Amino acid sequence: MSTLSPELIPNPDEELIYAGEPNEETTGGSQWREAVRTLRRSPLAIIGMIMIAFFLVVAIFAPWIAPYDPGDGQWLNQITPGNYPGPSAEHWLGLDQLGRDVFSRLVWGARQSLIIGVVSLVIGASAGILLGLIAGAFGGWIDTVCMRIVDIMLSIPGLLFAIGLAALLGQSLTSVMIAIAVVNVPIFARLLRGQMLGQRRADYVLAATSVGVSRSGIVFRHVLPNSLTAVIVQGTLTLATSIIDAAGLAFLGLSSPDPSVAEWGRMLTDAQSALSTAPMLAILPGVAIVITALGFTLVGEQMREALDPKYRR
Amino acid sequence: MLRFVARRLIQLVPILFGLSILLFVWVRALPGGPAQALLGEKATPERVAAIEAQFGLNEPIWKQYLAFLGRIVRLDFGSSLQTNQPVVDEMLRRFPATIELAILALLIAVAIGIPLGYLAAKRHNTWFDGTSVALSLLGIAIPVFFLAYLLKFLFAVKLGWLPTTGRQDPRLDVAHPTGFYVLDGLITGNPAAAWDAFKHLVLPALALGTIPLAIIARITRASVLDVVNEDYVRTAEAKGLQARTVTRRHVLRNALLPVITVIGLQLGLLMSGAVLTETVFAYSGVGKFLADGLLKRDFPTIQAFILVIAVSYVIVNLVVDILYGLIDPRVRVR
Repeated sequence: MSTLSPELIPNPDEELIYAGEPNEETTGGSQWREAVRTLRRSPLAIIGMIMIAFFLVVAIFAPWIAPYDPGDGQWLNQITPGNYPGPSAEHWLGLDQLGRDVFSRLVWGARQSLIIGVVSLVIGASAGILLGLIAGAFGGWIDTVCMRIVDIMLSIPGLLFAIGLAALLGQSLTSVMIAIAVVNVPIFARLLRGQMLGQRRADYVLAATSVGVSRSGIVFRHVLPNSLTAVIVQGTLTLATSIIDAAGLAFLGLSSPDPSVAEWGRMLTDAQSALSTAPMLAILPGVAIVITALGFTLVGEQMREALDPKYRR
Repeated sequence: MLRFVARRLIQLVPILFGLSILLFVWVRALPGGPAQALLGEKATPERVAAIEAQFGLNEPIWKQYLAFLGRIVRLDFGSSLQTNQPVVDEMLRRFPATIELAILALLIAVAIGIPLGYLAAKRHNTWFDGTSVALSLLGIAIPVFFLAYLLKFLFAVKLGWLPTTGRQDPRLDVAHPTGFYVLDGLITGNPAAAWDAFKHLVLPALALGTIPLAIIARITRASVLDVVNEDYVRTAEAKGLQARTVTRRHVLRNALLPVITVIGLQLGLLMSGAVLTETVFAYSGVGKFLADGLLKRDFPTIQAFILVIAVSYVIVNLVVDILYGLIDPRVRVR
């Protein structure tokens, strides 16, 4: 991505720089109000929000929703090779290879995904925002150095970079979160730098400069708040990719080796050997990942369209 | 044009330099230090000391970095901890498999993605457009390994149309002069073997190609929508050109420019996706070799894989960028 002329590609990254870019008529509040109005009219956004809401409720109330402990294998005696008890009144979605309740594992998996997604997003976005702000605020050689760092990070395909980092840090949840957070850094650094460059000539920045507001004042009181919409849009989309990537790392065995931890990606790995006899063991966690990622993607995309005047044709 | 190519080549230098530093730091940060990591379970204090002497790990850090660069240039990545064979040999043996897979996946993505995006834009705001947008969003939200499972379950396990795993039926007696199994079957005059290899490729390639397909379709749609509103398209229509001529000469020619760049960017997705897809289909390419090495802490392989993919990713995108400059003179002046 590094050597390209991104300004010529209508790709999502590029559009994002303009997402929510403030102009004279649309100041913070009214822009959001209008966006909410547009979102409420968009069926795709509503479907996405329902998916997100469902995911959040399950993740947050997991201990109350799940009937059993996700690592509890006390029903192992009911399992014979190639034969796993299907849905019953006791176990709504049946049992897995180690005699654990599939429904409980799915529910706890939602919580795990939420934690990994949010933690890696917050860490990665904060570091990226800081890097982008520094690059945009100082310009010159500092900008060049920061952006070269970003270019180098982007020269390794995202998931591969995360795999390398997670392999280095060893199998654990923390290493998955750090790996994905690092991959998220360049995305937000580019976004924020683009925002800074875009707003440099904005009237309110000129006005603030002319009355003698300091550089840090302009950055933190004007540019940063005005970049918030773009950050939120990117954050929503990044949550989707983070959850997918986390599942991918877990699938490769890089997440926590503790079998009592319920993770959707790992459930898919475990189900691999039983694909012909108990396909549901693979399909259920897969569908859970798709619903969650699709929810965040739909809402993120629709938000971007609602906030970006370029899309209103 | 030459100046444009030269400028792009110069921009490559800091990236490759940074990449080498990054990997050098990565090797230094390995648990127990690089010598321990290189030896894996075979590490004894004597062996660690021997490796440290051999690779100059007691030298000053800048000397170590230069030695590291030297080894990379000579493609000396050490031995794989999985097989004890040089990593380069292991990779060379498996790369044809992955390239074969990636090419078919990319073909699927381009051959379906571009027409889909174009038709969606042409039928903007109709049910067709809506469906294709929804499908491409779904294509982006579905993890590649889950899609691989679904395809494998449906077409291989349930319907039995295609093989579940591997690259070729082991009962076939085939020579492999190139390592590209489909090609091998064709050049050794064994169409049955080529067909069998192709059947093994279909499902992994479909799984791997779906996300690039979704991305290419979206970009094509967005790009065509951008172009059809341009003044020159209106002029072309106004002067009475046939709709087909307008489409071919004015819309497609301009709209496909950004798509070319995006196709170049798919290499990254294809290679990281290959790690997951090849694992699901037990397809013996470099991706599966890397995946198998992760839990065995086969760091020489991981390092070589990341380096090779990152460098080829950067170079492919440079080539795409230069091609773009050839096609679109506006790029050159920037």
